[in-house]
Amino acid sequence: MSDPTRTYLDFERPIAELEAKIEELESAAGSNGDGDDGVDVADEIKRLREKAADQLRKTYANLTPWQKTQVARHPDRPHFHDFRSNLIEAFTELSGDRSFGEDPAILGGTGWMTKRPVLVIGHEKGRDTQTRLHHNFGMARPEGYRKAVRLMDLAEKFQIPVVSFVDTAGAYPGLGAEERGQAEAIARSTERCLTLGVPMVTVITGEGGSGGAIALAAANTVLMMEHSIYSVISPEGCASILWRDQAKAKDAAEAMKITANDLQDLHVIDDIIQEPMGGAHRAPSEIIQSVGKAIDRALASLENRSADELREQRRERFLRIGRELS
Amino acid sequence: MNWLDKLTPPGVKKIFSKRDTPENLWVKDPKSGEMVFHKDLENSLHVTPSGHHMRIGPVSRFAYTFDHGRFEEIEIPAVPKDPLRFRDDKKYTDRIKDARNKTGREDAIGIAVGKIGGIKSVAVVQDFSFMGGSMGMAVGEAFIKAAEEAVEREAPLICFAAAGGARMQEGALSLMQMPRTTLAIQMLKEAGLPYVVVLTDPTTGGVTASYAMLGDVHFAEPGALIGFAGPRVIEQTIREKLPEGFQRAEYLHEKGMVDAVVDRRELAEKLADVLSVLMKTKPPSRRKRLPAPEPVNS
Repeated sequence: MSDPTRTYLDFERPIAELEAKIEELESAAGSNGDGDDGVDVADEIKRLREKAADQLRKTYANLTPWQKTQVARHPDRPHFHDFRSNLIEAFTELSGDRSFGEDPAILGGTGWMTKRPVLVIGHEKGRDTQTRLHHNFGMARPEGYRKAVRLMDLAEKFQIPVVSFVDTAGAYPGLGAEERGQAEAIARSTERCLTLGVPMVTVITGEGGSGGAIALAAANTVLMMEHSIYSVISPEGCASILWRDQAKAKDAAEAMKITANDLQDLHVIDDIIQEPMGGAHRAPSEIIQSVGKAIDRALASLENRSADELREQRRERFLRIGRELS
Repeated sequence: MNWLDKLTPPGVKKIFSKRDTPENLWVKDPKSGEMVFHKDLENSLHVTPSGHHMRIGPVSRFAYTFDHGRFEEIEIPAVPKDPLRFRDDKKYTDRIKDARNKTGREDAIGIAVGKIGGIKSVAVVQDFSFMGGSMGMAVGEAFIKAAEEAVEREAPLICFAAAGGARMQEGALSLMQMPRTTLAIQMLKEAGLPYVVVLTDPTTGGVTASYAMLGDVHFAEPGALIGFAGPRVIEQTIREKLPEGFQRAEYLHEKGMVDAVVDRRELAEKLADVLSVLMKTKPPSRRKRLPAPEPVNS
């Protein structure tokens, strides 16, 4: 059943047209369901459905890096809130950096994940205008990263593994953020990930934007959802600096190698979590379950390792990056 | 490129090149507009009479930092060449080639060992004139190498940061230098060795958000631009003009991000003082001060 409130991306237009057609026929068939042409309509709907599914499969099998960028930013893509509420039981939200304020662009807390106590942290972009403003579109200020450090301290103290969900365009480039030491806050958060004596697993669920992302992603295992992106700067930012033209974002997305496949080849990430046909936004509950299973597997494989072994594994993982490329 | 450049290997070229010093005999002070004679500028460590700290490269920096200007450069590790096969309107490999010809350096960083106030030290200096000092794999590996050298020699590491940020042409591989360099600092920490950062003009982006903000001690040169986001990006985001002095060294000092803003002509002494305490050696014998700059005729 197609959803009339669904947001279609520009390259999904042929699919949108087919789905609109299907819907039209369905509602027409529903209003005068009897008569001889009922069978024909049903056939036509079936034929169109197959065509739409085929179109969707073909489109999503060959997404360009720029199209993936659009999917990664899709407004209906599951966000931290969705993963947290479906995967974490007995969640207790922990707020504030204990020195300046609370930054809702990064959320976190304690809970249970398939019989394992965990500490979760993640960027939240928000779903509608009001929540997007509240979460500052997932662009954190120093307080967000300092809260993350505080929560990681807590995880270390009570020997709880850390799970992070990364989805941010980048750290917030604002006056107050600079004033309060945005750079230092990011650096300390990255450092804290690397010094943790407990397992840490990261999933890049949407946009892994630059330093604002790595601050929560210097983990033992880094997973990436199939159509998410991870990059040193946004394609638009890169285009405006190197091409001096934001409209070249497509080329920048291509050149920077920001897709999960590219990053797995470069050993920047460890594994890819396959998304449902047509992207995570078409079947959120399906992808949330896949993500849950992937995290569970990753945590299980890190179990029974000492604090030093975990630190050593993380150190080797990151120091190796780039060294075996030619 | 002239025929000599084509014939000589990079190492030899370095000897011929005088690129750390200005090519013109008279240099304009960007602050006062005054013309300064290059010899006077060199004598005052490239600080103009108005106090403006000009950008300098690794060789000058090493010479100004180590006792009696004596130091030994350490070769930076080789890294994979252009793994993304990146090109914008120009190939990345060509940009690298141009930067190497311009600076006589392999990449945007140099490492050297020498003594500071009698204390054996390792210094790592970013070169802003090499692709904006940008941090890619070469800078990351060199930083790690510098930390390893320091650990091996039981010496402190001094980092002179200067960078526009990460090197976009290396994509996520440049982003990975943020955790990688952070790990290098952990090595120093575990060895109980000091890590001192000197923030110079400009230090922004991923460099500030990693190794440039993780020092035991942070010094900054006067007037240096230091921040995470560049001022233009911030202005575009908040649609406001930024206040005077925003993201300058003095501002960061006021906001508690740097320990002291230090004039370049006093920096070596300042480093020697703090290192002597952190390394628990005896107080440094005062080395001969460099001559004060002669007043320039106007």
